[in-house]
Amino acid sequence: MAIISRGFTGRRPDVAPDRLPPGQYITRDFPVLSAGPTPRIDLDTWNFEITGVVDEPRSWTWGEFNSLPMETVTQDIHCVTKWSKLDTTWTGVSLDVLLDGLETDATHLMAHSYGGYTTNLPLADVRGARSWIAIGYDDQPLPPEHGGPARLLVPHLYFWKSAKWVRGIELMVGDRQGFWERNGYHDYGDPWREQRYWGD
Amino acid sequence: MWEGHIPGQHVDIRLTAEDGYQAQRSYSIASAPEDDHLVLTVERLQEGEVSPYLFDVIEPGEELEMRGPIGLYFVWEAVMSEPLLMIAGGSGVVPFRAMLRHRRAVGADVPARLLYSARTIADVIYRDELEVHDGSDETEVVLTLTREQPDGWGGYDRRVDRTILEEVAWDPDRRPRIYVCGPTTFVELVAGTLVDLGHHPTAIRTERFGPTG
Ligand SMILES: Cc1cc2nc3c(=O)[nH]c(=O)nc-3n(C[C@H](O)[C@H](O)[C@H](O)COP(=O)(O)OP(=O)(O)OC[C@H]3O[C@@H](n4cnc5c(N)ncnc54)[C@H](O)[C@@H]3O)c2cc1C
Repeated sequence: MAIISRGFTGRRPDVAPDRLPPGQYITRDFPVLSAGPTPRIDLDTWNFEITGVVDEPRSWTWGEFNSLPMETVTQDIHCVTKWSKLDTTWTGVSLDVLLDGLETDATHLMAHSYGGYTTNLPLADVRGARSWIAIGYDDQPLPPEHGGPARLLVPHLYFWKSAKWVRGIELMVGDRQGFWERNGYHDYGDPWREQRYWGD
Repeated sequence: MWEGHIPGQHVDIRLTAEDGYQAQRSYSIASAPEDDHLVLTVERLQEGEVSPYLFDVIEPGEELEMRGPIGLYFVWEAVMSEPLLMIAGGSGVVPFRAMLRHRRAVGADVPARLLYSARTIADVIYRDELEVHDGSDETEVVLTLTREQPDGWGGYDRRVDRTILEEVAWDPDRRPRIYVCGPTTFVELVAGTLVDLGHHPTAIRTERFGPTG
């Protein structure tokens, strides 16, 4: 049972309740959250790869990646630190394109980032038009503090799953914990079930 | 039941209105595990949803819903042997108070330095306590007052920049363990400059309190 906070009325969000997961509030800016400094990434050596449990690893340079079919999508994003931002517009390549035709027994994946960040996801969660490698935000190149040149975008999970500065995904048979998942945060991170921390 | 915490961890505070509407925010723990009470330190943000409530409305003795302690990354324990460097902007000093009190309570002898940026001397949170730390037990507290300085102020009087960091952060060869906490723009700037100065990115842990500042 929640404790009623005497005299608390709150600032009600001006949105349909089905847009805002429990415990979240709407922000109009775009807060930044990362565990360390923003890494510097050189596009000449940038690479995105698919490795791990896979018949043939795949890899793209920045030039190759940019010639893949791009989509522009509008999505709501939800950060575990309680803010949500509605109708954000991203441009990127669907994971369905990157994984197309690939043979694997993998059940999960680990996203790896420049700077050493990792986060784990079930493979099913990045398939079916639900995740992208985004290189644009609001019709502009994705700024470094928000994960540029490229970040994973998995809007249906808390935003720490949308690894900034992504450099590849490692396909795994079975699950393994990534960075925040080892440091107190939930393994799956569904905002609608409020899976923020260990034990949720 | 409270099972104790590690300096640097935070809690989540949840407010619930009569009709069930809820708002939650995170607050760093300001006290050391050795202290008798759990202390939070909240900066009142104009037009904020939660911080003004904690400031203006809630009274001693009333109940508050809290969850935690949370986080295992932006944490420091006295067994860690590298020099401890803490860099705070505004209310970003809160988790460092927990670290400093813990260090003192257990009598740790790792060198520790706090660089703390505040607008004016009146904005310096825990000023009396920080002054006690000054120099006496190998904790150095360095202040910079960015907006207004008292008469005869001998300390820094500008936003943290490369020169200040060069002077205050240890040489990268000493491999300090670095924590940076404050508003997003402050943290971005400080962490980036530390990397420029040769500190290893993995030695720098950051906590961003929000977009303001
Ligand atoms: C890990 C962590 C630890 C933290 N530790 C601390 C701490 O120790 N001490 C501390 O003081 N803070 C801390 N914070 C920040 C804290 O969680 C809150 O973000 C802060 O208190 C502001 O919350 P609020 O509800 O008062 O303001 P919010 O309602 O979140 O608003 C923040 C600001 O944005 C403006 N704003 C945003 N939306 C609107 C709107 N719709 N209408 C009008 N104005 C708006 C407000 O004017 C306000 O100034 C921490 C944050 C994190 C993530």
